Amino acid sequence: MENQFFVDSEFLSPAALEKKHRLETDPSSRTNHMEYMPGMEVIESDICSKVMSQMDNYDYTIYTARDVRAALDHDVCTIEDFKALLSPAAEPFLEEMAQRAQRETGKHFGNTVYLFTPLYIANYCENYCVYCGFNCYNHINRMKLSMEQIEHEMKVIADSGMEEILILTGESRAQSDVQYIGEACRLARKYFRMVGLEIYPVNTDEYRYLHECGADYVTVFQETYDTDKYESLHLLGHKRIWPYRFDAQERALRGGMRGVAFSALLGLSDFRRDALASALHVFYLQRKYPHAEMSLSCPRLRPIINNDKISPMDVGEKQLCQVICAYRIFLPFVGITVSSRESASFRNGIVKIAATKVSAGVSTGIGDHESKYSGKETDGVKGDEQFEIDDGRSLDTMYQDMADEGLQPVLNDYVYV
Amino acid sequence: MLNDDKLIIGGHEFQSRFILGSGKYSMKLIESAIRDAGAEIITLAVRRANTKEQENILDYIPEGVTLLPNTSGARNAEEAVRIARLARELGCGNFVKIEIMRDTKYLLPDNQETIKATEILAREGFVVMPYMYPDLNAARDMVNAGAATIMPLASPIGSNKGLATRDFIQILIDEIDLPIIVDAGIGRPSQACEAMEMGAAAIMANTALATAGDLPLMASAFRQAIEAGRKAYLSGLGRVLTRGAAASDPLTGFLRD
Repeated sequence: MENQFFVDSEFLSPAALEKKHRLETDPSSRTNHMEYMPGMEVIESDICSKVMSQMDNYDYTIYTARDVRAALDHDVCTIEDFKALLSPAAEPFLEEMAQRAQRETGKHFGNTVYLFTPLYIANYCENYCVYCGFNCYNHINRMKLSMEQIEHEMKVIADSGMEEILILTGESRAQSDVQYIGEACRLARKYFRMVGLEIYPVNTDEYRYLHECGADYVTVFQETYDTDKYESLHLLGHKRIWPYRFDAQERALRGGMRGVAFSALLGLSDFRRDALASALHVFYLQRKYPHAEMSLSCPRLRPIINNDKISPMDVGEKQLCQVICAYRIFLPFVGITVSSRESASFRNGIVKIAATKVSAGVSTGIGDHESKYSGKETDGVKGDEQFEIDDGRSLDTMYQDMADEGLQPVLNDYVYV
Repeated sequence: MLNDDKLIIGGHEFQSRFILGSGKYSMKLIESAIRDAGAEIITLAVRRANTKEQENILDYIPEGVTLLPNTSGARNAEEAVRIARLARELGCGNFVKIEIMRDTKYLLPDNQETIKATEILAREGFVVMPYMYPDLNAARDMVNAGAATIMPLASPIGSNKGLATRDFIQILIDEIDLPIIVDAGIGRPSQACEAMEMGAAAIMANTALATAGDLPLMASAFRQAIEAGRKAYLSGLGRVLTRGAAASDPLTGFLRD
């Protein structure tokens, strides 16, 4: 059964409803998702064609147990080996894959695990991405924090002991422009040792500006590398332009960012092909920019406000674990982040195998850290969440739990240079 | 004999020839690792030390152990110099291990940038210990730039693959008058022992211990292997016969004078 993404709100005007329905049902009413919009920078790059030709030719049904065994025997995991490890033929080898992944993680990261927290500063969005709680047709409490409110949130988070922060916004240039985000980065550098960004994709000069403001790491989720599927899920707005999003990490690196993070949202399309493309996106970009730090996230679809039926479909925990182990074996040097979308028990297990970074003290809402951290209700208006989280552990609890798992929790591994 | 056999780096004397890396394991294990490995020098990534963390690594370093801050995270000489200065400000002393990587996959050191950083930091009074790819020309440049030791890698960091660069490290040992400290890639005590037999002045290891089942036990195994290798080197290794047996009747026996 497919996910049922379309939900109508009684608060939409008849005209808005009609437009929404037309977008949903009539593909000809939608713009060309492969055509850049005015103002979007086009860069010369061969990364996309390399990734896509591999993904287009990937038939995971041809791989056998023999290919998987060979892949596990090889010292260096080739692209072909990686394809075998992502295939259904590898499912019976999950334990072997986990053991190999654990060894690779140990060599590159020892037993450290990094902790961070996201800070959503605005949830306005101009896009209609049918699976996302922030989508412009979803009736939620919208909010954009002022600089004073952002600073308050940051103080609350910093007081909890957190040293790394990831600043997020909904994808609205009109409501949350680059200047606004830049000012938030400057504030964040006062309170945190490391500042990352997860915002709408921008041009190289804008990444350079944000880097100068103190951001050093850029995360952009491609959601799905299947362009046809992407078109059917991102019906309206800047985000609809698939190739502009694909080149975001490369623009960020050209703008001086130290590191970039990647991901497909598993469950949107064929997860094996999306996992292949995500890892190859990292692989080819790393060859072109060998100094850059790279990391992969592995989010699965989650329920959202007004639609609690969204699920990760065929990506169960075993499949997710297989993908993460395959990532680790193919890209032993890459950071792997597992978010609070996953359960505490899954995260406790996966950090011992392959994940190197987990979030803690998470809220995906706007302006609610004080009430969430202190447990007391505050007067201020709050913005609604992007999606439901599963693992709600605080920093202290996470720190202790990771230590109890025999790991070394690390709050900062960064020095601005 | 071993009591007089000191490792001297930048005028500082050390009894132990084991340098412990600290990046990959739990702080609580550091103290015991120092004790069981007998290490007198422990490295410290400045990017990890620069933290408000509840558990600061500095709290776990016993008195009398020399801190060796490293510049990991630096991608060029300029960044390494800045990190080294930050280390001094943080109270980590004058020692610095230069690590400059422009490659996040293998973390191979950039010799050219390392030479530049060595020159600047040596001039500023640091005891400079450059981590490098074992290249004789680069090593000579580092010596001329004021390095206190040379730290060639044995194999890629974290790989535990041992002395993949054996012959080139031997050349450095033979040709460079500073202590040669083998750093990165040493995965077992036997490999550490072999490097010491070759004449290495000391061994640095981290992953080999971090990934061991029993860290303190592995630390003491390294200590013994390094001491054994050092004794073998000092005693002068016996002749190695590479092919067949030695002829009892010399081939040159016919020569008259």
